[in-house]
Amino acid sequence: METVEINLEDQFQARIDADISIEPKDWMPDAYRKTLIRQISQHAHSELVGMLPEGNWITRAPSLKRKSILLSKVQDEAGHGLYLYSAAETLGASRDQMLADLHSGKAKYSSIFNYPTLSWADMGCVGWLVDGAAILNQVPLCRTSYGPYARAMVRVCKEESFHQRQGFEIMQTLCEGAPEQKAMAQEALNRWWWPTLMMFGPKDADSPNTAQSMNWRIKRFTNDELRQKFVDMMVPQAEFLGLTVPDPAVKWNEARQAYDFGEVNWEEFWNVVKGNGMCNQDRLGARVKAHEEGAWVREAALAHAKKRAERAETQAA
Amino acid sequence: MLRPMQVAPSETPALNNYSPEVRQQLFAYVLQLADTSLILGHRLSEWCGHGPILEQDLAMANIALDLLGETRSLFQYAAELEGQGRTEDDLAFLRLATEYRNPLLVEQPNGDFAATIVRQFLFDTFHYHCLVELHKSPDAQLAAIAEKAVKEAAYHLKWSSEWMIRLGDGTAESRQRLDKALATLWRYSGELTTPTATEQALQAAGIIPDYAALRPAMDAHVAHVFGEATVPVPQGVFMMTGGKEGRHSEHLGYILAELQYMQRTYPGLKW
Amino acid sequence: MTQSEWPLWEVFIRSKQGLDHKHVGSLHAADATMAIQNARDVYTRRLEGVSIWVVESKHVHASNPDDAAAFFDPANDKVYRHPTFYEVPDSIKHM
Repeated sequence: METVEINLEDQFQARIDADISIEPKDWMPDAYRKTLIRQISQHAHSELVGMLPEGNWITRAPSLKRKSILLSKVQDEAGHGLYLYSAAETLGASRDQMLADLHSGKAKYSSIFNYPTLSWADMGCVGWLVDGAAILNQVPLCRTSYGPYARAMVRVCKEESFHQRQGFEIMQTLCEGAPEQKAMAQEALNRWWWPTLMMFGPKDADSPNTAQSMNWRIKRFTNDELRQKFVDMMVPQAEFLGLTVPDPAVKWNEARQAYDFGEVNWEEFWNVVKGNGMCNQDRLGARVKAHEEGAWVREAALAHAKKRAERAETQAA
Repeated sequence: MLRPMQVAPSETPALNNYSPEVRQQLFAYVLQLADTSLILGHRLSEWCGHGPILEQDLAMANIALDLLGETRSLFQYAAELEGQGRTEDDLAFLRLATEYRNPLLVEQPNGDFAATIVRQFLFDTFHYHCLVELHKSPDAQLAAIAEKAVKEAAYHLKWSSEWMIRLGDGTAESRQRLDKALATLWRYSGELTTPTATEQALQAAGIIPDYAALRPAMDAHVAHVFGEATVPVPQGVFMMTGGKEGRHSEHLGYILAELQYMQRTYPGLKW
Repeated sequence: MTQSEWPLWEVFIRSKQGLDHKHVGSLHAADATMAIQNARDVYTRRLEGVSIWVVESKHVHASNPDDAAAFFDPANDKVYRHPTFYEVPDSIKHM
């Protein structure tokens, strides 16, 4: 029995190494399944909770055009959450259980959404920086080893590309606008820059699961690699906008052909992860409230469907 | 990706041929339609991120987006009719509460999901049947806007009708909540088909539909849905009116406080 | 709690007239009517479809990956089923 297990694991790893995708009914190590469920559901939770900071500004959007764009963007996030929950469900996790884990605090979501959105420029920064960081994380996941996850990510990335652009456009409009608009943009960048760098997770040295996840091709770049990529991408864009990245250590390094940058405040990072961000309680509270207040709606729809089915049966009889 | 709804330019010289009086009436009417979609879209957008289940969160956002699209076309047309150089955003964001002409129904709070469904169903029933006729209006622009909107409204009506039935014929709790929502909101349904002086004038000119003529089809739909939902159609309820003439409930002021916040705080800027 | 979870449905979309319906993902709905509407709201927001099929996931029966070798490998050596197996003289046209 023991040897069979080992053979299966070897075969499994061989498939992964050959870039053959793993599909729902294929044999997979328990740890692979568990890691995937954790990662996919965490990602789905992030989309779900991520609706809230931007949803906060839908009713205050400054023009009809911006209102439509913002609403459709936040709606996309609901869609992305849904695609991802669906992918996790193919692994035998139920959405109800995943939501229960989110609501109890057992499951995590991206800490970035525990920061408050305080001005209209935050809608720009969330799209430009936060979605920009998310895309860097997500594009490699379109080739991740688990088929349903990869396919969900293809759909997500396709839709996500407009999110970053609309965010950049908001920033650009502000930066080309009146002085108070430019100031609004700079103030927002000051608040969002560092938390966005934290989105890539702890330093590689402090990220114990990275090696295994890379081996399984659930993850394709390390946290630090992605963080560096992000800084290299964003510094010139901030310069284009005429904004200053709030890190005096940012400097082009000719030898590395990359930007040097300062140290993330890891104490703040871990504090927010542990629930001590400005909005942790509000965000989770809003999700729990929506779910609990929706319970009677979901029950009513089921009860009605059951009555219908019974009636149809009686008629057929 | 997101462009204002494309509508055929008014091919007929109708716009120029209207007498100043009719033109003014038409302006007021188009504004009323725009305000109505705007305020209801705004209310629905408040659900975004807070719906009872993800799938319905998406559904409500879709309806809100349809309404916002219709809103923009209507404000653009209203601005054209007014001819004073105001933009869609000037009209949407920079008027006084008493100048908004939406019926009272659409400014009512979301409440629980049952209240949102009842509000939506009552509005959709009117909206859809009105658009079917408006689509035949001799005013080319209005007809073009209605042609696009009527397809959207048909879907909205299907969605809200089905939810009325599910909640009415679901569980004891859903039924109780639906009854409560009807007790609160039914009294705002009459205003939709009670023409104002402006609407009467435009009806007499044959530019907009006669609401009395819409009633049989509307009533039949309501009767059918309530029948399926096993809910009796409310009778003899006193009908509240005033929104279409600028006399609003207390709720509108709070909607505008959020809606107008940016435009009022930073006058004259581009976003 | 799990009692109130809506059933899971698989969604198939025909992206344009003339093409097959293709599996695009899944969603939850209380009944078939709602499943079709949810599919419309979730999976066709960007003109991705002209027709929708939904099937409750529990009704989908799938082949077992353990049988994959027995099922699919035997087709491997039937090269004569493919037109490229046959040599056609260059002078023969339209074949």
